[in-house]
Amino acid sequence: MAESVFSEKKFFIYFQVWWVIAAVFQYFILRQKAFDNFHILTDAISSNLILGMICYFLANNMRYYLPREEKYWYIIISSIIVCFIWLILIQIVFNIFFPDGDAYLQFYKSTYAIRFGAGFLLVSSINMFSLLLYNQQAQKEITARQSETEKLNREAELTKLRQQLQPHFLFNSLNSISSLTASNPEKARQMIQQLSEFLRGMLKKDDEKFISLKTEMQYLNLYLEIEKVRFGHRLQTEILYSQQEENALLPPMILQPIVENAIKYGLYDTLDEVLISIKGQLDDHQLIITVTNPYDPESGRGPRGTGFGLSSIRRRLFLLYSRKDLVQVSELENLFTTELRIPQL
Amino acid sequence: MIKAIIIDDEPLARDIIKEYLQTNNDVEIIAECNDGFEGMKSIQKLQPELIFLDIQMPKINGFEMLELVENPPAVIFTTAFDEYAIRAFDQNAIDYLLKPFSKDRFEQALKKFQQTNSVGPVQNILEEAALSPIQQNRIVVKDGTKIKIIPVTKIYYLESADDYVKIISAEGTFLKNRTMSFYENSLAQFHFIRIHRSYIVNSQLITRIDPFEKDSHTVLLNTGQRLQVSKTGYTKLKEALGF
Repeated sequence: MAESVFSEKKFFIYFQVWWVIAAVFQYFILRQKAFDNFHILTDAISSNLILGMICYFLANNMRYYLPREEKYWYIIISSIIVCFIWLILIQIVFNIFFPDGDAYLQFYKSTYAIRFGAGFLLVSSINMFSLLLYNQQAQKEITARQSETEKLNREAELTKLRQQLQPHFLFNSLNSISSLTASNPEKARQMIQQLSEFLRGMLKKDDEKFISLKTEMQYLNLYLEIEKVRFGHRLQTEILYSQQEENALLPPMILQPIVENAIKYGLYDTLDEVLISIKGQLDDHQLIITVTNPYDPESGRGPRGTGFGLSSIRRRLFLLYSRKDLVQVSELENLFTTELRIPQL
Repeated sequence: MIKAIIIDDEPLARDIIKEYLQTNNDVEIIAECNDGFEGMKSIQKLQPELIFLDIQMPKINGFEMLELVENPPAVIFTTAFDEYAIRAFDQNAIDYLLKPFSKDRFEQALKKFQQTNSVGPVQNILEEAALSPIQQNRIVVKDGTKIKIIPVTKIYYLESADDYVKIISAEGTFLKNRTMSFYENSLAQFHFIRIHRSYIVNSQLITRIDPFEKDSHTVLLNTGQRLQVSKTGYTKLKEALGF
């Protein structure tokens, strides 16, 4: 249910002032006709008071029945009916205040047309105005509801995107642990710890929207340690960033999918040792992170940067920064580079 | 003694199979391979009766490796892919071991192999694998001793050649020991259309369709080749291209 337009105090005051002005206006017009003040005041006050009340009733009522856009004729018809009723009501008031055969009654009859016209203009414009106000109010409500839903959706999507984990990674890691329990229980225990810590970071609710590069790199290291146990000497990594970048902020767990991608293509594209390099640097209020991996342009896997990992990162950054250009990929000779730009606010 | 080879790119994953086999006197591991290429060579050289094969591996995956091996041995797949992804070939493999698997489950798979003791219908597995989400948009071919990977987008068309299928691509022409219907099914998702008993064409390369004799047509590819279209082939083209 919409709120009444009169619930806004300012509007109600304007509404009253409007009718006072109309009454004063009518008073001065009637004065030119040389009637006495009693007749003129009775007419001006009663006419405008009645019409004002009718308008108040109409505008107030509109919140129960708000005509749709194509039904503007409803305004016109209701205004016409109301004006007829208005003229009859004035007649009744005059019959009470003025004696039978009073000349003013005669004068009143001769001004039906002009009164009707003026009344119609006033009533229909007030109606129209309140209709606009109601529509605006409804629109505002819709917009508010929409943006609320959007916000909720966005948060849910962000959480989901953040918690995306490749089951493949999880099960292969568990398999490695299973293998280590016999050959190297100490190492198995260590790997369970690393995997748990990593999963905990992954599943954490969005209590913090941004974390420092230092913390992010700690998570990434857990992940890399696990992958190194899986792939042995084939996987080499280098992480380069200076103290200056340590406290730069970025969304949590944003690097892992990129590095996962890099490892996947690096390891599955070549048979040799693979060096994944991760570099962070600050430049003009942006944290630039580049991840490079060797790849084989002839592997026939098709164009890169279209995989799920990268598209979910793109989506996350878009939801956070409203920019689509924050992830760039490039291929140079046998190196594939993914570049992330995180604005530092 | 059953001679077996383990093909898996993760050393720890190979260790677990060896460990499970320590108490088993029926199976002997004669080789361990890091990737599909090594696996292929070892299979050809050592002729094992059984292989434990991972699916996701460097360069070529387990299915692609199997495709390249003549008379492949029985296969027990070991994979971390979820059940959904491999359910499709449940019927045709000796068994599938989902990592991490228990010793009991492993022994059950071995028992299954010893009972059937026949080489699994690998051909069927491959046909099903080609339709699964695991398969990538490429075809692996042997070019002499070299192995080539051709992205499907680089294939112009396929032509039947007796028991083989000829693949005409930007990388050259290759023969594959497959059936036309195999490629008709597996390449359908990449916009390949069987336009004739003898031709499957990459429909994205078609530039023109001309009438030819009665009831038949020809297509012109943007690579210059002209192929004949049968009556049913024309109906399929019409449907796919929407004209």
